[in-house]
Amino acid sequence: MKHALSLVVLSILALAGTAHADQPVYHATDAPEATPVVYIGGIKPAMDQGTWLHGIFNQLEGRYAPGGTDFRWDGEAWFGGDYNKIWLKSEGTLEKGRLSDGDHELLYTRSISSYWNLQGGVRMDLDDGPTRTWGAFGVQGLALYEFEFEATAYVSDRGRFAARVEGSYDFLLTNRLILQPQAEFNFYTKSDAGRQAGAGLSDVDAGLRLRYELWRKFAPYVAVTYSGYLTQARRITRDQHDDTGSVRFSLGVRSWF
Amino acid sequence: MIFPSRFRGGLTRRRFVTGIGAGGLLAALPRTSHALSSTAVPLGGSPLRASSGIIPPTPFNRWDLKVGHTRISLDGKTMHAPTVGGTVPGPILRFKQGDTVSINVTNTLDEPTSIHWHGIRTPANMDGVPGLSFGGIAPGETFTYRFKLHQSGTYWYHSHSGMQEAMGLYGAMVIDPRRPDPNACDRDYVIFLAEWTDVMPHDIVSNLKMQDDYYVFRQRTAASFPKEAREAESAGAALADRLAWSKMRMAATDIADVSGAIYTYTLNGHAPDMNWSGLFRPGEKVRLRFINGSTMTFFDIRIPGLEMLVVQADGNDIEPIPVDEFRIGVAETYDVIVQPKDERAYAIFAQSEDRTGYARGTLAPREGMIAPLPPMDPRPVRTMVDMGMGNMKPGESMKDTDMSDDMSGMKMGGDMAGMDMHGMNMKGMDMSHMAMLKMEVDDPGPPPINVENQMRAMMPIDRTGSPGDGLENNGRRVLNYKQLRATRPGADLRPPTREIILHLTGNMERYIWGFNGRKFSESGPIRLKLGERVRFTLINDTMMEHPIHLHGLWSELENGQGDYRPYKHTIISQPGSKLSYLVTADTPGMWAYHCHLMYHMDLGMFRTVIVA
Repeated sequence: MKHALSLVVLSILALAGTAHADQPVYHATDAPEATPVVYIGGIKPAMDQGTWLHGIFNQLEGRYAPGGTDFRWDGEAWFGGDYNKIWLKSEGTLEKGRLSDGDHELLYTRSISSYWNLQGGVRMDLDDGPTRTWGAFGVQGLALYEFEFEATAYVSDRGRFAARVEGSYDFLLTNRLILQPQAEFNFYTKSDAGRQAGAGLSDVDAGLRLRYELWRKFAPYVAVTYSGYLTQARRITRDQHDDTGSVRFSLGVRSWF
Repeated sequence: MIFPSRFRGGLTRRRFVTGIGAGGLLAALPRTSHALSSTAVPLGGSPLRASSGIIPPTPFNRWDLKVGHTRISLDGKTMHAPTVGGTVPGPILRFKQGDTVSINVTNTLDEPTSIHWHGIRTPANMDGVPGLSFGGIAPGETFTYRFKLHQSGTYWYHSHSGMQEAMGLYGAMVIDPRRPDPNACDRDYVIFLAEWTDVMPHDIVSNLKMQDDYYVFRQRTAASFPKEAREAESAGAALADRLAWSKMRMAATDIADVSGAIYTYTLNGHAPDMNWSGLFRPGEKVRLRFINGSTMTFFDIRIPGLEMLVVQADGNDIEPIPVDEFRIGVAETYDVIVQPKDERAYAIFAQSEDRTGYARGTLAPREGMIAPLPPMDPRPVRTMVDMGMGNMKPGESMKDTDMSDDMSGMKMGGDMAGMDMHGMNMKGMDMSHMAMLKMEVDDPGPPPINVENQMRAMMPIDRTGSPGDGLENNGRRVLNYKQLRATRPGADLRPPTREIILHLTGNMERYIWGFNGRKFSESGPIRLKLGERVRFTLINDTMMEHPIHLHGLWSELENGQGDYRPYKHTIISQPGSKLSYLVTADTPGMWAYHCHLMYHMDLGMFRTVIVA
């Protein structure tokens, strides 16, 4: 015991010693100062605190089926600077004149690392079904190998929990012809028959889109899409005599500003 | 309108390019653009009053410049551009070393403007940077710049307000030496390289913020894979390389942020199809003063069939270096001398580093001649060296790297010039002990990986001996920084008493740039004591070149030439490299210090240097 203790002390001493010898005292010449520099006329010589406004429709498409065509959109827009942004997400499906899967989120977004953002705010399920309100919190960013990824957890005003995971990848066939696999998964802790949500993995919306960037901001695409309910949600939907899932041929446009 | 408001007495000993008599000067100067390129009419536009490249026949010490908006069409791209005197580039200003010059700049824009004299050592209040030197020139106002010219050579001027420089507010300056010019030639032309686009700078930045490779259409794709596999001699190796890059969330094809997709590359304001021409008689010596006044583009320049003798860099004479090709970073200048012997046309071929286009001109014995253009080279691909992994192959240990460069560097000049500092940043600390010189070292340590920085160069190497990415081993003699040797020893031979280590950092994905992992607005100034001799050491943790420009003070590049180290105003820091230069802080005031890629500067790669 005594032996072990002295060993610990020795190693601590040794560590402290090496730390002292090896670690230089870092000092950045351009470290921020307590009193900022006074610029003539208050003019900053570089404008690196700009704010930017962008928006994108990742999906704006018709999904064809013999029984009728669904129209689907999935888009987001944001405004802000390098660290703080207001972020709006919206998606929904128009199906035989009925709006479903209407999910709209207003999030504050904070940049936390080179590629990742934290997001927090409100989600509204707003469509022709019953309206639900959720608090939202998640991460969004660029994963290893340049996968776009976002994961968000939700807690509803009725104390229920949900989660959504979404990812996509751009596979460049040429510099303008791009194949994008994309998938979105929704999870719920409790079923909500009114919204065709089931406990556990509830629904999937996935697509394989081949777009051609006529110019960067405008790219028509053809796609194979799948939208469907799984596990408990599948039973709920079937009981409501609704479509439990189908693969569709789709045409759309990816566009942003 | 621009015109020299007062003549200097008499003509200088320098010969003139054209035969304009002194009597016709006043009338001829504003219209010199018509002297050689009267046939230059842009596609679908009014005749463009681009620059002839002809230097005014005599120097003047007073100029009146008017900054205003001019509608200019070039290559089908129309822009209501801010200009000096109605042309892009603006007029070539010729001065005489030793003169005290006064330049009245009148602003007829509806926004503030400014003119910065790039590379000129002026008092701080004449440097023309709004916020640092003065309050800018308000609309309708005239500001008089007045300073003594202590130097000679080729320089340029540009706006330092907003994005005016990116839109066309720039021009050349030529200062005659007081003593006979060792590089005087029969012909003398300014070759001003730039870009032209009708996309507004704000929109370009906005697009880059959304998608960093917005203007890059030369990515590796499935279609290009077979070619890469052939080059790598195995599909597995090509795939492994691709996966390594995508794992890092970066692109080996990231050469230039803004490309020929929107830029028309110009030579003296001429698009390639307008073919600017400079005349010569066979056997004559022709001096070409290359200035890279572009916003975002590095050019690789050659004149097939002619050897170029590089005689000046950034306005300072150097020992002549014969080359076939050289790279010019944004804001650098190089003077070269060529001696075409044959009665034929020669192409001045300046391809952009990313090979998405070129600027072009012709040297010819008669007007209207066209020389064949060489094919463009393959676009460079970034490697592990650019990633700051040194010359290591993956898995190789650091002990294996050759340190012999360091020793040879030590022997030269005794100023540790050209020292190849392999290894970590800590090496900077060790070095001060080795040199037996008590030197303060401001080492920020490895830059943080954060929102504003995505990378850390683990083993930055000395790349001053490299001509740059895409030019190595191309079979031609290409200029590199190690070759630059001043014709006279430096003015201040004191060793530095302080070393300032700065990391060049950025996040391409978010399009944020800075030093030490911070953008401008989050940093303090760099403070230098008046009279202090400082070594700046730049470690480039990004995978792009950055032309770093220090206003008001010379940057003496430590390239192994000892006391004959070249004086520069703009120094290219190559990706994954470490280099150093010496600065004598002899002029008090607030100075700008920044990357001269304009969109890098404006998005944070900028510092204020305060000399007091």
